[in-house]
Amino acid sequence: MANEVMLWQAMNKAMDIEMAADNSIFTMGEDVGLYGGSYRVTEGLYAKYGEWRVRDTPISEGGFTGLGVGAAMVGMRPVIEIMTINFALLALDAIINMATKIPFMSGGQFPMPLVIRVPGGVAKQLAAQHSQRLEHTLMNVPGLRIAVPSTPQDAWWQLRQAIQSNEPVIVLEHELLYFSKGSLDTNLDPVPMHRALIRKEGDALTLISYSRSVLLAQQAAERLAEDGIDIEVIDLRSLSPIDWQTCIDSVSKTHHLLIVEEDCGFAGAGAEIAATLSERCFFELDAPVQRHTGLDLPTPYNGTLEAATIPTVSSIINAVKQLVQSGE
Amino acid sequence: MERSVLKSMLKDMLLARAFEEQAAYEYTQGNIAGFLHLYPGEEAVAVGVLHAAEPGDYIVSTYREHVHALVRGVPPGKIMAELFGRKDGCSGGLGGSMHLFDKQRRFMGGYGIVGETYPVSTGIAYAIAMRELPEAVICFFGDGAVNQGTFHESLNMAALWNLPILFVCENNRYQIGTEIHRHSKVTEVYKRACAYKIPAEQVNGMDVIEVYKATQSALLRIREGTGPQFLEIETYRLRGHSMADPGSYRPKVEVQAFKDEDPVTVMLQESLPEYPSAEQISAIGKDNIEHLSEHMHQADLISPEEFLRMKQQVADSVEQAVQYALQSPEPSMEEAFSALNCNRGQEVLI
Repeated sequence: MANEVMLWQAMNKAMDIEMAADNSIFTMGEDVGLYGGSYRVTEGLYAKYGEWRVRDTPISEGGFTGLGVGAAMVGMRPVIEIMTINFALLALDAIINMATKIPFMSGGQFPMPLVIRVPGGVAKQLAAQHSQRLEHTLMNVPGLRIAVPSTPQDAWWQLRQAIQSNEPVIVLEHELLYFSKGSLDTNLDPVPMHRALIRKEGDALTLISYSRSVLLAQQAAERLAEDGIDIEVIDLRSLSPIDWQTCIDSVSKTHHLLIVEEDCGFAGAGAEIAATLSERCFFELDAPVQRHTGLDLPTPYNGTLEAATIPTVSSIINAVKQLVQSGE
Repeated sequence: MERSVLKSMLKDMLLARAFEEQAAYEYTQGNIAGFLHLYPGEEAVAVGVLHAAEPGDYIVSTYREHVHALVRGVPPGKIMAELFGRKDGCSGGLGGSMHLFDKQRRFMGGYGIVGETYPVSTGIAYAIAMRELPEAVICFFGDGAVNQGTFHESLNMAALWNLPILFVCENNRYQIGTEIHRHSKVTEVYKRACAYKIPAEQVNGMDVIEVYKATQSALLRIREGTGPQFLEIETYRLRGHSMADPGSYRPKVEVQAFKDEDPVTVMLQESLPEYPSAEQISAIGKDNIEHLSEHMHQADLISPEEFLRMKQQVADSVEQAVQYALQSPEPSMEEAFSALNCNRGQEVLI
């Protein structure tokens, strides 16, 4: 039965049910314990599971993310929370040089059931050092899986799937989504972790997006439908691997492709999606693939400027209209 | 100390020296490529520490780790094959000299990024502590690694949570080409551990018996629940940083330094790289193998005949290791991808 919950509650429930089922799971990060987590995802777990399984850490992102790597090598299932993606820059050695390289360079000897949960994205006037998206950096790392849930239901499924996986998984959580509501049915059979989902069907254009931008795209799609433009909205749900088949099938139907992402456009996730789908769907396309992305600019503190650096519902509507008309 | 332990340590030291010298030769023959960091001069550290460890303890090492793996019991052929990049290497030919792994022997890797051995060790130790097991982690690093952020982050967490780690600093006084007085304000590395209330001591790394005893008592304290311990073992590498850095300048620099010459000038004057001769090594009195073998001869713990026999056995096993490596095939691209996806299992991703 479905309940309306906030995304953080779905993740909190996912953590709880997994930790109850497997005592090799522990979570670690800044303020995840007594405080309950900056976005409440670990609320209540410290009291229930104790300090060894819910560990407040010093501010040492490189150190405790690397600790998760070492623990995963000997069969623990660490869930490391890095307070924001911006701080994860200090942990990139552990993520890129260690977590993804050890299973490979040992010739396949070691498990790496490591989950790294990272809030990120442009939130509300947090300024340049707290408003980044790093998916482009992480996508270029073979052996790293990246989940980008946009709904409570996906957050519930994907966090649990990430914890159960024996491979390193990064869960990129958008800071503005923790308190967004959606339905959660804990009895539903899970969708495979990296499969894309079509959020709205349509035949005028394929809009591919992920994380918070999908919600904006869905709102844009509803307004466009009122104008008689029926677009298809794909929520990728995963940036590595990417479910190409769902994308290709859609583009083969609509013949137009727009990619919407909050991250900077240059060498970003959208660049990979555009390149691959141009290669694989060239003869299906009626117009060049377009990207509608964040500006190539550090995020300004000023609220008006900040809002103008990333796609909005109305800017998405304009981008769709331009592309649909260009193909006519 | 028991005669059998001493003999076994001497044999491992001889094996370590012979193996590394052979590796240097194979590098010049083109059988080994890339970076090759050799251990001659430092044998007493790996041998003394690892002989005092239990089979249940975990070893985390650096990129100068062939000897740690050897002493841990990884067969010489598996290590040589790995240096050759062959399928039968201990990392399937995918890791190479800097990335030896042997899960079965709890040899948790050689790491190529300076300062990575600390977090790997704290992670393993966290798992041990959570499960309340009697095991310990031995974390190796060099003097050049103590200025890396992870050193301070990890020592703090290890002490804060009372993790069972023995931190072993192999202080060979050089971070690649930079001498310790030029890279650290505090050059007595063990003193840094007091910032984290970790008991620490300085050990003469030219004396394997001293290293063994210090390790034994540090591990005992860890198993008694005292928390992390720290040993700074003063040692000396006879070769350059890697085969890419023949570094013959360096022992000569030391020699010259004794004569009050400016080491920088001496370094610049050096043009032809060559390995230091036995005379040069003994002139600076820093060979740990001679130290142990002389001690054993004098105490009548080993006869000259047995010593020669031991050397021959060691030479034979190094030769066999080379043959094993030469006969092993190269890994396939398919094997490289299956190593990448080794933890995939039956999971349905999409």
